[in-house]
Amino acid sequence: MSFYPICEELSRAPLDERFDAVTGEDVRRALGKSSCSPEDFLTLMSPAAKPFLEEMARQASEITLRQFGRTIQMFTPLYLSNYCTNHCVYCGFNCKNQINRSQLSLEQVEVEGKAIAATGMKQLLILTGDARAKASPEYLEDCVKVLRRHFPSVSIEIYAMDQDEYDRLVKVGVDGMTMFQETYDEELYATLHPRGPKRDFRNRLDAPERGCRAGMRVVNIGALLGLGDWRRDAFITAMHASYLMRKYPETDIAVSLPRMRPHVGEYQPATIVSDSDMVQFLMALRIFMPRLGVTISTREAPEFRENIMPLGVTRMSAGVSTAVGGYSDEAETSGQFDIADERSVDEVCSMIKAHGFQPVFKDWEPIIPVEGAA
Amino acid sequence: MSEDSLEIGGLKLASRLFTGTGKYADDAVIPAVCEASGSEVITVALRRVDLESTTGNVMDCIPKHMRLLPNTSGARNADEAVRIARLAKAMGCGDWIKIEVISDNRYLLPDGYETAKATEILAKEGFTVLPYVNADLYIARSLVDAGAAAVMPLGAPIGTNRGLKTKEMVRILIEEIDLPIVVDAGIGRPSEACEAMEMGADAVLVNTAIATASDPVMMARAFGRAVKAGREAYLSGPGARRTQASASSPLTGFLAEG
Repeated sequence: MSFYPICEELSRAPLDERFDAVTGEDVRRALGKSSCSPEDFLTLMSPAAKPFLEEMARQASEITLRQFGRTIQMFTPLYLSNYCTNHCVYCGFNCKNQINRSQLSLEQVEVEGKAIAATGMKQLLILTGDARAKASPEYLEDCVKVLRRHFPSVSIEIYAMDQDEYDRLVKVGVDGMTMFQETYDEELYATLHPRGPKRDFRNRLDAPERGCRAGMRVVNIGALLGLGDWRRDAFITAMHASYLMRKYPETDIAVSLPRMRPHVGEYQPATIVSDSDMVQFLMALRIFMPRLGVTISTREAPEFRENIMPLGVTRMSAGVSTAVGGYSDEAETSGQFDIADERSVDEVCSMIKAHGFQPVFKDWEPIIPVEGAA
Repeated sequence: MSEDSLEIGGLKLASRLFTGTGKYADDAVIPAVCEASGSEVITVALRRVDLESTTGNVMDCIPKHMRLLPNTSGARNADEAVRIARLAKAMGCGDWIKIEVISDNRYLLPDGYETAKATEILAKEGFTVLPYVNADLYIARSLVDAGAAAVMPLGAPIGTNRGLKTKEMVRILIEEIDLPIVVDAGIGRPSEACEAMEMGADAVLVNTAIATASDPVMMARAFGRAVKAGREAYLSGPGARRTQASASSPLTGFLAEG
């Protein structure tokens, strides 16, 4: 079993017609229920739900407070390598793009890790381009061993791996993974990924499930909003998260809501996802899945991040560089995309506190012993 | 009233309200919560403890007189719970441990079988083990056999504030289990904590209801008073319940006997 047949069926389904058929009365009924079904989620994602955003906000905020309290998990990404063999038309790392390419040595990983740890960050997300010959599974294992000395939690956002490779990374202390499907529209996916290993839609779609089976504590998925029809992608993202949550109850499932950002390259988003659209998606997710982790990155502007915090967000990045070597002033590469919130970790924490929330830096005590670990 | 203390693991406790450290907007409020509630036992997730933190540490906010009850939040099986408990002890958190084994992140319901396994191992190692479980008589009996120091049945799923939904099952545990029964999770209002104590529960643990209140300190005080009121009501022996009215001035009082 895999999410693939469900995804195929949903892709063929007349979702647009179903969104358009929703009435205000349907939205009122959905908001009056004690639990939210997939059909109710579709209702809350419809254009007819727009006049009910304030009521949705109250519900989403109450649920988030009960489930997670006034806390926001903090993390930061570390780009290990920007070599890439893919031709993704929307990505700054596209192998055709003329950018400086580099990969951190283990010594540089140590330097970058120390620089990040000095900001107080304890939860690290490591990223690479899709170039196995460069950033091999063995290289990643070695990097994780170095970084675990400084970070209780290390998670990955890298190319799709097979189950054995995820197993190996879990064994050296990787406790979470992020895998963006980019778009759940398989035809569009093919045009956006003309060449390269990432072209294999199904291999990528099933990767989060392989991560769950490997024992990852947290599996984070998402669509890059703007690549295709955002409402369809948002709906299928939620169905994917719900599928994983039911099938792998021992795994914390989370969703990111990234919107397209400027980058090196000329691709422009197919659709514009407005702030109101983002907020609707965020709140509908929270009402549909009260225990779902929701990540908002520095792709979003400071003011927007501040305002959406109480509406369902559980995890935020801060003090981010998307360039390889970007934390120790040795960056000679361009970032993967331009970030919108360039504030330091301290500044973001002050903002979070000012809004009545507690930034949480550590949320995992590693129980896998690692040589020389903190 | 003569001394009415609760004894767990050889420790006498005057307060029957246990509190928590999670979900606060600012850990700095914890000392005031402890003082207002009168609580003497506080649970903390080891996963959140960071003794090397440069940005603040929840442990710094826990008053020294409190009995620390580290919990194994994040454990998905007995093996992970045991490892977390040992880490907690090694980090200087003492030898009390609240076992939480949860492998269903959707409902956060505890796994009784794995909890009993972890309890047995840790009790033999000398831990004072307080396992968090479903309100189930068979699980509770297995915990007694495993060497638990108390049993902590849930009132409702964690963080729901839904109250004492497992009331009848908790009542059975109170009647049948010869260990302190600490109702943990789900209690959302002081009246619900009071009700659990009136029934004869030995203590309650409240975190979300206090931490997510608009005024956590005032809510902590309210819970402290409610738990005392419930305990006194239980000890005072409430009158029998009847289905029909019973006049407090009997109509046949004029009949002289003999």
